[in-house]
Amino acid sequence: MSHTELIRSPLVAQAAAVANREVSARALLEAHLTQIDARQPAVNAFRAVAADSARHAADHADALLAAGQGPRGRLFGVPVAIKDQICTRGLVTSAGSKMLENWRPPYDATAVSRLVAEGAIIIGKTNQDEFAMGSTSATCAFGAVHHPWDLDRAPGGSSGGSAAAVADFQAAGALGTDTGGSIRQPASHCGLVGIKPTWGRVSRHGAIAYASSLDQIGPLARTVADAALMLEVIAGRDMNDMGSLDAPVPAYSALAAAAAADPDALKGLRVGVPTELMGEGNAPAVKAAIEAAHARFEALGAILVPVSLPHTSFAIQTYYLIAMAEASSNLARYDGLRYGHRAEGARDLEDLIARSRSEGLGPEVKRRILLGTFALSAGYYDAFYGKAQAVRALIRRDFEAAYATCDIIASPTSPVTAPRLDVRQDDPLAIYLMDIDTVMSNLAGHPSLSMPVALDDDGLPIGLQLMGPHLGEETIIRAAAAYEARHPFAGRALEGRA
Amino acid sequence: MSLPGTWEAVIGLEVHTQLKTISKLFSACPVGASRAEDAATDAADAWMNGDDDPSDGVNRDIDPLTLGLPGTLPVLNAEAVDLAVRLGLALGCEIDHASRFARKHYFYPDLPKGYQISQLDRPLCVGGAVRAVIDGEIRKFRLNRIHMEEDAGKTIHDAKADVSRVDYNRAGVPLVEIVGEPDIRSAAEAVAWLKSLHQTVVWLEVSDGQMEAGNFRCDANVSVRHKGEPLGTRTEIKNVNSFRFVELAIDSEIVRQIAVLEAGGRVVQETRGWDEGSGTTRSLRSKEDAHDYRYFPDPDLPVIHLDPARVASIRAALPELPLARAERFSGELGLGAYDADVLTQTRERANYFEAAAVVSGDPKTTANWVINDLLGALTKAGLNLADSPVSPAALGELVALLGSGTLNSKLAKECFAAMMAAPADKPVSPAAWAEDSGGQLNDPIAIGVVIDAIMAKNDGQIAQYRAGKDKVFGFFVGQVMRETQGRANPELLQQLLKDKLAG
Repeated sequence: MSHTELIRSPLVAQAAAVANREVSARALLEAHLTQIDARQPAVNAFRAVAADSARHAADHADALLAAGQGPRGRLFGVPVAIKDQICTRGLVTSAGSKMLENWRPPYDATAVSRLVAEGAIIIGKTNQDEFAMGSTSATCAFGAVHHPWDLDRAPGGSSGGSAAAVADFQAAGALGTDTGGSIRQPASHCGLVGIKPTWGRVSRHGAIAYASSLDQIGPLARTVADAALMLEVIAGRDMNDMGSLDAPVPAYSALAAAAAADPDALKGLRVGVPTELMGEGNAPAVKAAIEAAHARFEALGAILVPVSLPHTSFAIQTYYLIAMAEASSNLARYDGLRYGHRAEGARDLEDLIARSRSEGLGPEVKRRILLGTFALSAGYYDAFYGKAQAVRALIRRDFEAAYATCDIIASPTSPVTAPRLDVRQDDPLAIYLMDIDTVMSNLAGHPSLSMPVALDDDGLPIGLQLMGPHLGEETIIRAAAAYEARHPFAGRALEGRA
Repeated sequence: MSLPGTWEAVIGLEVHTQLKTISKLFSACPVGASRAEDAATDAADAWMNGDDDPSDGVNRDIDPLTLGLPGTLPVLNAEAVDLAVRLGLALGCEIDHASRFARKHYFYPDLPKGYQISQLDRPLCVGGAVRAVIDGEIRKFRLNRIHMEEDAGKTIHDAKADVSRVDYNRAGVPLVEIVGEPDIRSAAEAVAWLKSLHQTVVWLEVSDGQMEAGNFRCDANVSVRHKGEPLGTRTEIKNVNSFRFVELAIDSEIVRQIAVLEAGGRVVQETRGWDEGSGTTRSLRSKEDAHDYRYFPDPDLPVIHLDPARVASIRAALPELPLARAERFSGELGLGAYDADVLTQTRERANYFEAAAVVSGDPKTTANWVINDLLGALTKAGLNLADSPVSPAALGELVALLGSGTLNSKLAKECFAAMMAAPADKPVSPAAWAEDSGGQLNDPIAIGVVIDAIMAKNDGQIAQYRAGKDKVFGFFVGQVMRETQGRANPELLQQLLKDKLAG
């Protein structure tokens, strides 16, 4: 295989090539590093490239293979990228913020250590919206990320650097975090598969907290099988996260492979069509593509079931109240005293903390901290945070009712495709409204997956979102794998574009 | 202190006490230097003097969670929950089987996350009471709640060098806050309440309860009113760290509030601090400056679902509590109220006494020996009860030898002194000591021989005695005791001497 073919092949195939010694881990890594070198100035997917430590790890992997002591693990020798929001021992972890510009964690996130334990090589940290607050990756303190297919566009966010890196073959797969759609929406915009697991399926230990009750770590990859394998590796109980679920981890990758091979995999699957998410708020191309996907499901033997999620219209307000309230608390630790940005020449303690935060945090982060602080303040708690939690319970109940009649729910991942970077959005509310499709799963704590199903008139990917019930990863992964096998994403004709 | 006219004080106490756990409330980080507080203080001093050697103990008990590093998550220490439940059960609280944690926000350098993990709407323990002896009667003072929270670090200000430093050893150490209802009516009652609670937490081995080290801290809410009137405006006196200061601070605050009201002023709701120098309280911050803590349920920590079996096993393991034990000592064992109280000051002391009393078979005499001889001797030797050279069994044996007449009280004291002085690896057995010394002389013929010999040499004294000078009797007792090295049975001696002197 040429280097180009190599880096364009799926993660699973790259792992097999290293294991079978068709290519050395070092050569595979160098191919990716070459791609990063070529593309970083234009795409800016990476916050930091860990070339030295990655080369060291790749050489070690090759030595083990040469000594007949490998492969060790299912991701042996495969370069993966990690969102800057996720802690990597000794490797800069800034969460896209000037506040943490030079911060190097003394520990690895559990998801990272599990990838490494399976032999993955951490190739670098990817750019993102500051503290995962945004949906364009343009609020990053280290420059906006550009869509690899169209540099004038945003890759989505907040895990935009991870999405751009994987879509642009700079990494075989990547980890992102998803609080309100931050894995699925960039996956949708970049033509990737992204999974937001059930809250607690993957340990949050080492994921810098944005909104604790909504945050999850998950994979971004180019195929369902790749994403399923990564999820399988990182999922499971972790004693460092009391919210992590003590439930066995199914063999997602084997289930995906079996569903892909089984022509009857979708027979009898009840696919919910959510009335409230299929309306005119969607771009026409998106609406048409998702309707076509529904029809394909039906043609493959699935049963389409109209379902209603009546509280959808309150989801955005509910999501932002909860997310901002929790963010105002989670980001209180950035006071410039123990680590992170510290202002010079402060008059006193209060001035030091105020100025360090004013200088270190960007406008969108400040906006959310201020709104969240207000929502939790005395006299407003019941009206805002308390009310939002009540609506959240109603949304969960909506899903319960829906899953009494269907197995999965299939909607758009985003009402639009990748937006242009030069169209300045002055109205944050308009941007927030674009999260309507994705926030529901976070509020319910349910798993949700985005997979590419079509291109719009500009040749930009359109994502289909498959939502499942609590711990229903297995069901949505099987459905996605079966669909993908019959209708491989046709958006890969990238020559000349990139 | 009695108050003028119809004035009445209304007082409620809140106590923070550190739980005696191996690790911190939300991480496996050990609690070490934060316990050995004196060492830590010395180390802090050294540190302030520019000695940055990390071996000095400052910022030694830290880990990523203690420092609030990004990405860390709290993991609840089950041992801390068990200790808090133990305290709650001992104080008669209801245990909430679905308790939860909340975040309390404020910015301060010694608070690493910008919030403290505490409890608000669902504390672990609800209700209950502190029992204290007031004027000889056991009184119940209601509790509102007991909740768990994490301690903060310590900020050390060096005014000379114009720097402040923060030691995070204490950050994250588990605390319980015990919140009393305003059932207390005087500073003296407050001290009795506080001493009783302190005795209980130490008795239960829930906390070290070292007030001077700051691991048992008291806040007092004080207001005054005319009897029968609604509650007055209260002030809160923060962090008073000795029983004596609690009494002084409350009394001085009561006097201050009455003076303010009698002068036609009004009491301002505020937080006040005790100023040892002036012996008064002074304002720290007013209600207007109070923080809005923005409490909300901590999303990182699930509800604490306590298994009823776990609570039951903690209840089953509860020791007999001090007041119940004192009642048993006076009721079943026949001790006086004072002795029973002294012997139940600590569980260790009560255990010592009971173990000795079982061996001696004479609780009252044993109590006298523990209180009058043992405790005094230990204090003099600068020893704790745990380090006593005299074991409970040995003391019981000594009391038994006294009871059987093998030793008289003078010999018993000598024997006790020998036991106290014995090296740890060579303890003195009272029975062996009695045998070596010959024990008490109970033979009337032998005593008679000694008396005869002494009488033969003291005709003058005999004449004085027979002339009615009773005091001379003591001279003869002394002479016989000297001759027998104190071994003569005193009662027998008295009898024989009386007979012989009478002629």
